[in-house]
Amino acid sequence: MREKGWREIPIGGLILEAGNAEEYKTGAWRTFRPIRDEEKCNHCLLCWIYCPDSSIIVEDGKIRDIRYDYCKGCGICATECPVKAIKMVEESEFLKKGGE
Amino acid sequence: MGKIVGLTGDETAAEVMRQINPDVLAAYPITPQTETVQRFSEFVADGEVSTEMVRVESEHSAMSACIGAAAAGARAMTATSANGLALMWEIVYIAASCRLPITMFVVNRALSAPINIHCDHSDSMGARDSGWIQIYSENCQEIYDNIIQAVHIGEDKEVLLPVMVTCDGFIISHCTERVELLEDEKVRDFVGKYKNSYPLLDVDSPVTYGPLDLFDYYFEHKRQQIEAMEKVPQIIQKVGEEFGKLSGRTYSLMEEYKTEDADLIVVAAGSTAGTVKTAVEELREEGVKAGLLKIRVFRPFPVVKICQVLREAKAVAVLDRSVSFGAQGGPIFLEVRSALFEEEKRLPVVDYIYGLGGRDISIEQIKGVYRNLQKIADMGKVKKLVDCVGLRE
Repeated sequence: MREKGWREIPIGGLILEAGNAEEYKTGAWRTFRPIRDEEKCNHCLLCWIYCPDSSIIVEDGKIRDIRYDYCKGCGICATECPVKAIKMVEESEFLKKGGE
Repeated sequence: MGKIVGLTGDETAAEVMRQINPDVLAAYPITPQTETVQRFSEFVADGEVSTEMVRVESEHSAMSACIGAAAAGARAMTATSANGLALMWEIVYIAASCRLPITMFVVNRALSAPINIHCDHSDSMGARDSGWIQIYSENCQEIYDNIIQAVHIGEDKEVLLPVMVTCDGFIISHCTERVELLEDEKVRDFVGKYKNSYPLLDVDSPVTYGPLDLFDYYFEHKRQQIEAMEKVPQIIQKVGEEFGKLSGRTYSLMEEYKTEDADLIVVAAGSTAGTVKTAVEELREEGVKAGLLKIRVFRPFPVVKICQVLREAKAVAVLDRSVSFGAQGGPIFLEVRSALFEEEKRLPVVDYIYGLGGRDISIEQIKGVYRNLQKIADMGKVKKLVDCVGLRE
Protein backbone atom coordinates (compact mmCIF):
# COMPACT_ATOMS: atom_id res chain seq x y z
CA MET A 1 0.00 0.00 0.00
CA ARG A 2 1.40 3.44 -0.95
CA GLU A 3 1.77 5.65 2.09
CA LYS A 4 -0.04 8.95 1.62
CA GLY A 5 1.25 12.49 2.18
CA TRP A 6 -0.07 14.88 4.81
CA ARG A 7 -2.39 16.65 2.37
CA GLU A 8 -4.13 13.43 1.37
CA ILE A 9 -5.23 12.07 4.73
CA PRO A 10 -8.16 13.04 6.98
CA ILE A 11 -7.26 15.52 9.74
CA GLY A 12 -6.92 14.63 13.40
CA GLY A 13 -6.12 10.98 12.76
CA LEU A 14 -9.73 10.30 11.86
CA ILE A 15 -10.57 7.01 10.22
CA LEU A 16 -13.54 7.61 7.97
CA GLU A 17 -14.44 4.07 6.99
CA ALA A 18 -15.01 1.07 9.19
CA GLY A 19 -13.14 -2.23 8.92
CA ASN A 20 -9.97 -0.94 7.33
CA ALA A 21 -7.62 -2.72 9.74
CA GLU A 22 -7.28 -5.27 6.93
CA GLU A 23 -5.26 -2.69 4.99
CA TYR A 24 -2.72 -2.42 7.77
CA LYS A 25 -0.36 -5.36 7.70
CA THR A 26 1.12 -6.10 11.08
CA GLY A 27 3.14 -9.22 10.18
CA ALA A 28 6.40 -7.26 10.30
CA TRP A 29 5.99 -6.81 14.07
CA ARG A 30 6.62 -10.56 14.52
CA THR A 31 9.70 -11.94 16.27
CA PHE A 32 8.48 -15.53 16.59
CA ARG A 33 6.70 -17.31 13.73
CA PRO A 34 4.12 -19.99 14.45
CA ILE A 35 4.82 -23.12 12.39
CA ARG A 36 2.00 -25.67 12.26
CA ASP A 37 2.74 -29.38 11.96
CA GLU A 38 0.08 -30.82 9.64
CA GLU A 39 0.82 -34.34 10.95
CA LYS A 40 0.05 -33.45 14.57
CA CYS A 41 -2.85 -31.02 13.99
CA ASN A 42 -6.26 -32.51 14.78
CA HIS A 43 -8.18 -29.45 13.48
CA CYS A 44 -9.87 -28.76 16.81
CA LEU A 45 -9.91 -25.03 15.80
CA LEU A 46 -8.88 -23.78 19.25
CA CYS A 47 -6.13 -21.71 17.61
CA TRP A 48 -8.72 -20.16 15.31
CA ILE A 49 -10.89 -19.25 18.30
CA TYR A 50 -8.03 -17.71 20.29
CA CYS A 51 -6.10 -15.91 17.55
CA PRO A 52 -6.53 -12.15 18.29
CA ASP A 53 -5.62 -11.19 14.71
CA SER A 54 -7.87 -13.60 12.74
CA SER A 55 -4.70 -15.03 11.25
CA ILE A 56 -5.76 -18.70 11.21
CA ILE A 57 -7.29 -19.56 7.84
CA VAL A 58 -10.01 -22.18 8.02
CA GLU A 59 -11.70 -23.81 5.06
CA ASP A 60 -14.42 -26.46 5.31
CA GLY A 61 -13.89 -26.77 9.03
CA LYS A 62 -10.19 -27.49 8.64
CA ILE A 63 -7.16 -25.33 9.31
CA ARG A 64 -5.49 -24.55 6.01
CA ASP A 65 -2.86 -21.97 6.78
CA ILE A 66 -1.64 -19.09 8.92
CA ARG A 67 -1.96 -15.57 7.52
CA TYR A 68 1.55 -14.24 8.10
CA ASP A 69 0.68 -10.77 6.74
CA TYR A 70 -1.15 -10.10 9.99
CA CYS A 71 0.21 -12.60 12.57
CA LYS A 72 2.17 -10.62 15.18
CA GLY A 73 3.70 -13.78 16.67
CA CYS A 74 2.02 -13.52 20.04
CA GLY A 75 2.13 -17.29 20.49
CA ILE A 76 -1.35 -17.73 21.91
CA CYS A 77 -2.11 -20.41 19.28
CA ALA A 78 0.95 -22.43 20.28
CA THR A 79 0.10 -22.10 23.97
CA GLU A 80 -3.52 -23.17 23.50
CA CYS A 81 -2.89 -26.03 21.04
CA PRO A 82 -3.78 -29.24 22.97
CA VAL A 83 -1.64 -31.45 20.75
CA LYS A 84 1.42 -29.18 20.52
CA ALA A 85 1.08 -28.91 16.76
CA ILE A 86 2.26 -25.28 16.63
CA LYS A 87 5.85 -24.35 17.33
CA MET A 88 7.10 -20.78 17.74
CA VAL A 89 10.32 -20.37 15.75
CA GLU A 90 12.44 -17.24 15.85
CA GLU A 91 12.13 -15.41 12.52
CA SER A 92 15.93 -15.21 12.14
CA GLU A 93 16.21 -19.01 12.65
CA PHE A 94 13.40 -19.54 10.20
CA LEU A 95 15.13 -17.40 7.58
CA LYS A 96 18.49 -19.09 8.20
CA LYS A 97 16.91 -22.40 7.38
CA GLY A 98 15.80 -21.04 4.05
CA GLY A 99 12.39 -19.92 5.17
CA GLU A 100 10.68 -23.22 4.48
CA MET B 1 -29.71 47.51 22.00
CA GLY B 2 -27.25 45.71 24.17
CA LYS B 3 -26.56 46.98 27.63
CA ILE B 4 -23.76 48.30 29.76
CA VAL B 5 -23.20 46.45 33.02
CA GLY B 6 -20.70 46.11 35.83
CA LEU B 7 -19.22 42.64 35.89
CA THR B 8 -16.09 40.92 37.19
CA GLY B 9 -13.95 38.98 34.75
CA ASP B 10 -15.33 35.66 35.94
CA GLU B 11 -18.90 36.94 35.74
CA THR B 12 -18.25 38.29 32.25
CA ALA B 13 -17.08 34.87 31.09
CA ALA B 14 -20.16 33.22 32.59
CA GLU B 15 -22.43 35.83 31.00
CA VAL B 16 -20.97 35.39 27.53
CA MET B 17 -21.13 31.62 27.90
CA ARG B 18 -24.81 32.00 28.75
CA GLN B 19 -25.33 34.01 25.59
CA ILE B 20 -23.45 31.48 23.47
CA ASN B 21 -25.41 28.66 25.15
CA PRO B 22 -22.96 25.83 24.38
CA ASP B 23 -24.25 22.28 24.09
CA VAL B 24 -21.90 21.03 26.78
CA LEU B 25 -19.91 22.66 29.57
CA ALA B 26 -17.70 20.38 31.65
CA ALA B 27 -15.66 22.00 34.39
CA TYR B 28 -14.20 21.61 37.84
CA PRO B 29 -13.93 24.60 40.17
CA ILE B 30 -10.54 26.10 40.94
CA THR B 31 -9.61 29.52 42.26
CA PRO B 32 -9.69 32.08 40.64
CA GLN B 33 -11.88 30.56 37.91
CA THR B 34 -14.56 29.28 40.34
CA GLU B 35 -17.07 32.10 39.97
CA THR B 36 -17.37 31.52 36.24
CA VAL B 37 -18.51 27.95 36.63
CA GLN B 38 -20.52 28.74 39.76
CA ARG B 39 -22.48 31.45 37.99
CA PHE B 40 -22.92 29.36 34.87
CA SER B 41 -24.30 26.50 36.96
CA GLU B 42 -26.93 28.96 38.21
CA PHE B 43 -27.90 29.69 34.61
CA VAL B 44 -28.23 25.95 34.07
CA ALA B 45 -30.32 25.51 37.23
CA ASP B 46 -32.55 28.45 36.29
CA GLY B 47 -33.10 27.08 32.79
CA GLU B 48 -31.52 30.12 31.14
CA VAL B 49 -29.39 27.85 28.96
CA SER B 50 -29.99 24.45 27.43
CA THR B 51 -26.39 23.40 28.12
CA GLU B 52 -25.66 19.93 29.42
CA MET B 53 -23.40 20.71 32.37
CA VAL B 54 -21.08 17.88 33.33
CA ARG B 55 -19.91 18.16 36.92
CA VAL B 56 -16.69 16.21 36.68
CA GLU B 57 -14.36 15.08 39.45
CA SER B 58 -11.20 16.64 37.99
CA GLU B 59 -9.92 18.83 35.18
CA HIS B 60 -8.52 15.75 33.47
CA SER B 61 -12.11 14.57 33.18
CA ALA B 62 -13.38 18.04 32.28
CA MET B 63 -11.26 18.15 29.14
CA SER B 64 -12.01 14.48 28.41
CA ALA B 65 -15.74 15.22 28.57
CA CYS B 66 -15.28 18.22 26.27
CA ILE B 67 -13.42 16.07 23.77
CA GLY B 68 -16.12 13.40 23.83
CA ALA B 69 -18.81 16.03 23.42
CA ALA B 70 -17.03 17.90 20.61
CA ALA B 71 -16.29 14.66 18.75
CA ALA B 72 -19.94 13.70 19.09
CA GLY B 73 -20.86 16.97 17.39
CA ALA B 74 -21.53 19.29 20.33
CA ARG B 75 -20.13 22.76 21.01
CA ALA B 76 -18.13 22.26 24.20
CA MET B 77 -16.59 24.69 26.66
CA THR B 78 -14.67 24.60 29.91
CA ALA B 79 -12.78 26.91 32.25
CA THR B 80 -9.79 26.42 34.50
CA SER B 81 -6.72 27.89 36.18
CA ALA B 82 -3.14 26.93 37.03
CA ASN B 83 -2.99 23.50 38.65
CA GLY B 84 -6.29 22.61 37.03
CA LEU B 85 -4.77 23.24 33.63
CA ALA B 86 -1.73 21.27 34.71
CA LEU B 87 -3.90 18.30 35.67
CA MET B 88 -5.61 18.54 32.27
CA TRP B 89 -2.30 18.45 30.45
CA GLU B 90 -2.47 15.10 28.71
CA ILE B 91 -5.95 15.80 27.38
CA VAL B 92 -5.19 19.40 26.38
CA TYR B 93 -2.85 18.05 23.70
CA ILE B 94 -5.41 15.44 22.61
CA ALA B 95 -8.09 18.11 22.04
CA ALA B 96 -5.79 19.96 19.63
CA SER B 97 -4.54 16.79 17.95
CA CYS B 98 -8.09 15.53 17.36
CA ARG B 99 -8.82 18.95 15.85
CA LEU B 100 -11.75 19.68 18.15
CA PRO B 101 -12.62 23.37 18.48
CA ILE B 102 -13.25 23.51 22.23
CA THR B 103 -13.23 26.94 23.90
CA MET B 104 -11.47 27.16 27.26
CA PHE B 105 -11.43 30.16 29.56
CA VAL B 106 -8.13 30.15 31.44
CA VAL B 107 -7.89 32.46 34.41
CA ASN B 108 -4.14 32.88 34.71
CA ARG B 109 -2.73 31.85 38.05
CA ALA B 110 0.72 30.84 39.31
CA LEU B 111 1.59 27.15 39.42
CA SER B 112 2.55 25.51 42.70
CA ALA B 113 4.81 25.17 44.62
CA PRO B 114 4.77 27.01 46.99
CA ILE B 115 1.01 27.39 46.71
CA ASN B 116 -0.08 30.68 45.23
CA ILE B 117 -3.54 31.52 43.94
CA HIS B 118 -2.61 34.84 42.34
CA CYS B 119 -1.81 35.82 38.80
CA ASP B 120 1.05 34.97 36.57
CA HIS B 121 1.13 33.43 33.13
CA SER B 122 3.06 30.26 33.91
CA ASP B 123 -0.03 28.06 33.46
CA SER B 124 -1.05 29.03 29.94
CA MET B 125 2.53 29.73 28.84
CA GLY B 126 3.38 26.18 29.81
CA ALA B 127 0.68 25.03 27.40
CA ARG B 128 2.03 27.12 24.53
CA ASP B 129 3.20 24.11 22.53
CA SER B 130 0.01 22.09 22.99
CA GLY B 131 -1.51 23.10 19.65
CA TRP B 132 -4.13 25.45 21.11
CA ILE B 133 -4.74 28.95 19.89
CA GLN B 134 -4.06 31.39 22.74
CA ILE B 135 -5.73 34.77 23.11
CA TYR B 136 -4.79 37.00 26.08
CA SER B 137 -7.32 39.51 27.44
CA GLU B 138 -6.41 42.84 29.01
CA ASN B 139 -9.72 43.50 30.76
CA CYS B 140 -13.31 42.30 31.25
CA GLN B 141 -14.52 43.71 27.93
CA GLU B 142 -11.83 41.76 26.12
CA ILE B 143 -12.81 38.55 27.91
CA TYR B 144 -16.31 39.07 26.58
CA ASP B 145 -15.22 39.94 23.05
CA ASN B 146 -12.48 37.30 22.88
CA ILE B 147 -14.69 34.39 23.95
CA ILE B 148 -17.26 35.23 21.27
CA GLN B 149 -14.55 35.45 18.63
CA ALA B 150 -12.78 32.33 19.91
CA VAL B 151 -15.79 30.17 19.14
CA HIS B 152 -15.86 31.50 15.59
CA ILE B 153 -12.10 31.21 15.06
CA GLY B 154 -11.73 27.67 16.40
CA GLU B 155 -14.71 26.32 14.47
CA ASP B 156 -13.63 27.82 11.13
CA LYS B 157 -13.29 24.90 8.69
CA GLU B 158 -9.79 26.09 7.77
CA VAL B 159 -8.77 25.98 11.42
CA LEU B 160 -10.58 23.40 13.59
CA LEU B 161 -8.41 23.96 16.64
CA PRO B 162 -9.26 24.56 20.29
CA VAL B 163 -8.87 28.07 21.69
CA MET B 164 -7.79 29.32 25.11
CA VAL B 165 -8.98 32.76 26.14
CA THR B 166 -7.11 33.98 29.19
CA CYS B 167 -7.42 36.75 31.72
CA ASP B 168 -5.30 37.71 34.70
CA GLY B 169 -6.40 35.94 37.88
CA PHE B 170 -7.91 38.24 40.55
CA ILE B 171 -6.57 41.38 38.85
CA ILE B 172 -9.27 40.97 36.20
CA SER B 173 -11.22 37.86 37.20
CA HIS B 174 -12.33 39.47 40.48
CA CYS B 175 -12.34 43.10 39.42
CA THR B 176 -15.65 44.73 38.54
CA GLU B 177 -15.44 46.69 35.32
CA ARG B 178 -17.72 48.31 32.80
CA VAL B 179 -18.68 45.79 30.13
CA GLU B 180 -20.75 46.41 27.02
CA LEU B 181 -22.93 43.41 26.27
CA LEU B 182 -24.50 42.61 22.92
CA GLU B 183 -28.02 41.24 22.67
CA ASP B 184 -28.28 37.47 23.13
CA GLU B 185 -29.56 36.96 19.58
CA LYS B 186 -26.71 38.97 18.09
CA VAL B 187 -24.15 36.83 19.90
CA ARG B 188 -25.93 33.61 18.90
CA ASP B 189 -26.16 34.71 15.28
CA PHE B 190 -22.49 35.62 15.25
CA VAL B 191 -21.25 32.28 16.59
CA GLY B 192 -23.82 30.30 14.57
CA LYS B 193 -24.19 26.57 15.05
CA TYR B 194 -21.25 24.22 15.44
CA LYS B 195 -21.30 21.65 12.72
CA ASN B 196 -18.80 18.84 13.10
CA SER B 197 -18.21 17.27 9.68
CA TYR B 198 -17.50 13.88 11.25
CA PRO B 199 -19.71 13.53 14.31
CA LEU B 200 -19.28 10.33 16.28
CA LEU B 201 -23.04 10.07 16.76
CA ASP B 202 -23.72 9.83 13.02
CA VAL B 203 -24.26 6.08 12.98
CA ASP B 204 -24.79 6.04 9.21
CA SER B 205 -21.22 7.23 8.60
CA PRO B 206 -19.19 5.68 11.40
CA VAL B 207 -15.79 7.27 12.09
CA THR B 208 -12.95 6.50 14.49
CA TYR B 209 -11.37 9.22 16.68
CA GLY B 210 -7.93 8.91 18.20
CA PRO B 211 -6.72 5.58 16.80
CA LEU B 212 -3.16 4.25 17.00
CA ASP B 213 -0.93 6.33 14.75
CA LEU B 214 2.68 5.23 14.68
CA PHE B 215 5.79 6.16 12.73
CA ASP B 216 3.90 5.77 9.47
CA TYR B 217 1.35 8.63 9.84
CA TYR B 218 1.80 10.54 13.13
CA PHE B 219 4.32 12.90 11.54
CA GLU B 220 1.86 13.73 8.72
CA HIS B 221 -0.85 14.50 11.25
CA LYS B 222 1.47 16.89 13.13
CA ARG B 223 2.26 18.59 9.81
CA GLN B 224 -1.47 19.15 9.34
CA GLN B 225 -1.59 20.87 12.73
CA ILE B 226 1.27 23.15 11.70
CA GLU B 227 -0.67 23.99 8.54
CA ALA B 228 -3.86 24.75 10.47
CA MET B 229 -1.95 27.10 12.81
CA GLU B 230 -0.47 28.92 9.83
CA LYS B 231 -3.96 29.73 8.59
CA VAL B 232 -5.08 31.12 11.96
CA PRO B 233 -3.71 34.71 11.74
CA GLN B 234 -5.81 35.61 8.70
CA ILE B 235 -8.91 33.99 10.24
CA ILE B 236 -8.38 35.93 13.49
CA GLN B 237 -8.00 39.11 11.46
CA LYS B 238 -11.20 38.36 9.50
CA VAL B 239 -13.23 37.44 12.59
CA GLY B 240 -11.87 40.51 14.41
CA GLU B 241 -13.17 42.74 11.62
CA GLU B 242 -16.55 40.99 11.46
CA PHE B 243 -16.83 41.39 15.21
CA GLY B 244 -16.01 45.07 14.79
CA LYS B 245 -18.96 45.51 12.46
CA LEU B 246 -21.19 43.87 15.04
CA SER B 247 -19.93 45.61 18.17
CA GLY B 248 -17.91 48.64 17.10
CA ARG B 249 -14.84 47.01 18.62
CA THR B 250 -12.48 45.72 15.95
CA TYR B 251 -9.73 43.27 16.87
CA SER B 252 -6.43 42.32 15.31
CA LEU B 253 -3.60 39.95 16.25
CA MET B 254 -2.16 42.58 18.55
CA GLU B 255 -2.78 46.09 19.74
CA GLU B 256 -0.42 48.92 18.98
CA TYR B 257 -0.54 51.83 21.38
CA LYS B 258 1.36 54.91 20.22
CA THR B 259 3.97 52.74 18.49
CA GLU B 260 3.92 54.59 15.19
CA ASP B 261 6.64 57.11 16.07
CA ALA B 262 7.89 55.34 19.19
CA ASP B 263 11.60 54.99 19.92
CA LEU B 264 11.08 52.85 23.01
CA ILE B 265 8.54 50.04 22.87
CA VAL B 266 7.41 47.73 25.65
CA VAL B 267 5.80 44.40 24.74
CA ALA B 268 3.31 43.04 27.26
CA ALA B 269 0.31 40.72 27.54
CA GLY B 270 -2.72 40.70 29.84
CA SER B 271 -3.81 43.33 32.34
CA THR B 272 -0.33 44.85 32.60
CA ALA B 273 -0.82 46.24 29.09
CA GLY B 274 -3.38 48.59 30.64
CA THR B 275 -0.86 49.80 33.22
CA VAL B 276 1.75 50.27 30.50
CA LYS B 277 -0.69 52.47 28.56
CA THR B 278 -0.89 54.85 31.52
CA ALA B 279 2.90 54.90 31.79
CA VAL B 280 3.13 55.64 28.07
CA GLU B 281 0.71 58.55 28.41
CA GLU B 282 2.67 60.05 31.29
CA LEU B 283 5.99 59.60 29.49
CA ARG B 284 4.60 61.16 26.32
CA GLU B 285 3.75 64.24 28.35
CA GLU B 286 7.41 64.34 29.39
CA GLY B 287 8.39 64.14 25.73
CA VAL B 288 9.53 60.53 25.74
CA LYS B 289 8.57 58.67 22.57
CA ALA B 290 7.21 55.62 24.35
CA GLY B 291 4.88 52.98 22.91
CA LEU B 292 3.26 49.67 23.77
CA LEU B 293 2.83 46.55 21.72
CA LYS B 294 0.16 44.42 23.36
CA ILE B 295 0.29 40.73 22.62
CA ARG B 296 -3.28 39.57 22.08
CA VAL B 297 -2.64 36.36 20.17
CA PHE B 298 0.38 34.46 21.46
CA ARG B 299 -0.37 31.23 19.58
CA PRO B 300 0.08 31.38 16.72
CA PHE B 301 2.77 33.99 17.29
CA PRO B 302 2.28 36.82 14.78
CA VAL B 303 5.91 37.08 13.67
CA VAL B 304 5.39 39.23 10.56
CA LYS B 305 3.25 41.87 12.26
CA ILE B 306 5.52 42.00 15.32
CA CYS B 307 8.49 42.79 13.11
CA GLN B 308 6.54 45.46 11.22
CA VAL B 309 5.66 47.25 14.45
CA LEU B 310 9.03 46.95 16.20
CA ARG B 311 11.30 47.50 13.19
CA GLU B 312 11.65 51.27 13.56
CA ALA B 313 12.11 51.35 17.33
CA LYS B 314 15.46 52.10 18.98
CA ALA B 315 15.08 49.67 21.87
CA VAL B 316 12.47 47.12 22.96
CA ALA B 317 11.66 45.62 26.37
CA VAL B 318 9.50 42.55 26.80
CA LEU B 319 7.54 42.06 30.01
CA ASP B 320 7.18 38.39 30.84
CA ARG B 321 4.87 37.25 33.61
CA SER B 322 6.33 33.75 33.62
CA VAL B 323 9.72 32.05 33.62
CA SER B 324 11.03 29.51 31.20
CA PHE B 325 13.50 27.97 33.62
CA GLY B 326 16.89 27.45 32.07
CA ALA B 327 16.01 29.36 28.92
CA GLN B 328 17.43 32.70 27.85
CA GLY B 329 14.46 34.68 29.14
CA GLY B 330 10.68 34.36 29.36
CA PRO B 331 8.42 32.87 26.67
CA ILE B 332 7.33 36.17 25.07
CA PHE B 333 10.92 37.45 24.99
CA LEU B 334 12.15 34.30 23.29
CA GLU B 335 9.51 34.67 20.58
CA VAL B 336 10.00 38.39 20.04
CA ARG B 337 13.77 38.21 19.90
CA SER B 338 13.67 35.22 17.59
CA ALA B 339 11.21 37.00 15.30
CA LEU B 340 13.57 39.99 15.03
CA PHE B 341 16.60 37.85 14.19
CA GLU B 342 15.91 38.02 10.46
CA GLU B 343 15.70 41.82 10.49
CA GLU B 344 18.46 43.70 8.72
CA LYS B 345 18.88 46.19 11.54
CA ARG B 346 19.93 44.68 14.83
CA LEU B 347 17.55 45.95 17.47
CA PRO B 348 18.39 45.79 21.18
CA VAL B 349 15.72 43.71 22.99
CA VAL B 350 15.70 43.03 26.71
CA ASP B 351 13.46 40.99 28.96
CA TYR B 352 11.94 41.84 32.32
CA ILE B 353 10.39 39.07 34.36
CA TYR B 354 7.72 40.59 36.60
CA GLY B 355 4.59 39.92 38.61
CA LEU B 356 5.18 36.28 39.51
CA GLY B 357 2.62 34.95 41.97
CA GLY B 358 0.52 38.11 41.67
CA ARG B 359 3.23 40.62 42.61
CA ASP B 360 1.95 44.04 41.61
CA ILE B 361 3.72 46.09 38.98
CA SER B 362 3.37 49.85 39.28
CA ILE B 363 3.31 52.64 36.73
CA GLU B 364 6.54 53.90 38.29
CA GLN B 365 8.26 50.53 37.76
CA ILE B 366 7.16 50.48 34.14
CA LYS B 367 8.49 54.01 33.69
CA GLY B 368 11.77 52.65 35.10
CA VAL B 369 11.74 50.05 32.32
CA TYR B 370 11.38 52.85 29.74
CA ARG B 371 14.20 54.78 31.40
CA ASN B 372 16.44 51.71 31.09
CA LEU B 373 15.39 51.41 27.46
CA GLN B 374 16.43 55.02 26.90
CA LYS B 375 19.89 54.23 28.28
CA ILE B 376 20.15 51.19 26.02
CA ALA B 377 19.06 53.27 23.03
CA ASP B 378 21.59 55.99 23.87
CA MET B 379 24.48 53.58 24.40
CA GLY B 380 23.37 51.14 21.71
CA LYS B 381 24.41 48.41 24.08
CA VAL B 382 22.59 45.91 26.32
CA LYS B 383 24.12 45.44 29.74
CA LYS B 384 21.73 42.88 31.11
CA LEU B 385 19.63 40.83 28.72
CA VAL B 386 17.19 39.39 31.27
CA ASP B 387 16.31 41.11 34.52
CA CYS B 388 13.52 41.18 37.09
CA VAL B 389 11.16 44.01 38.04
CA GLY B 390 9.66 44.21 41.50
CA LEU B 391 11.91 41.58 43.02
CA ARG B 392 13.56 42.11 46.43
CA GLU B 393 17.29 41.40 46.40
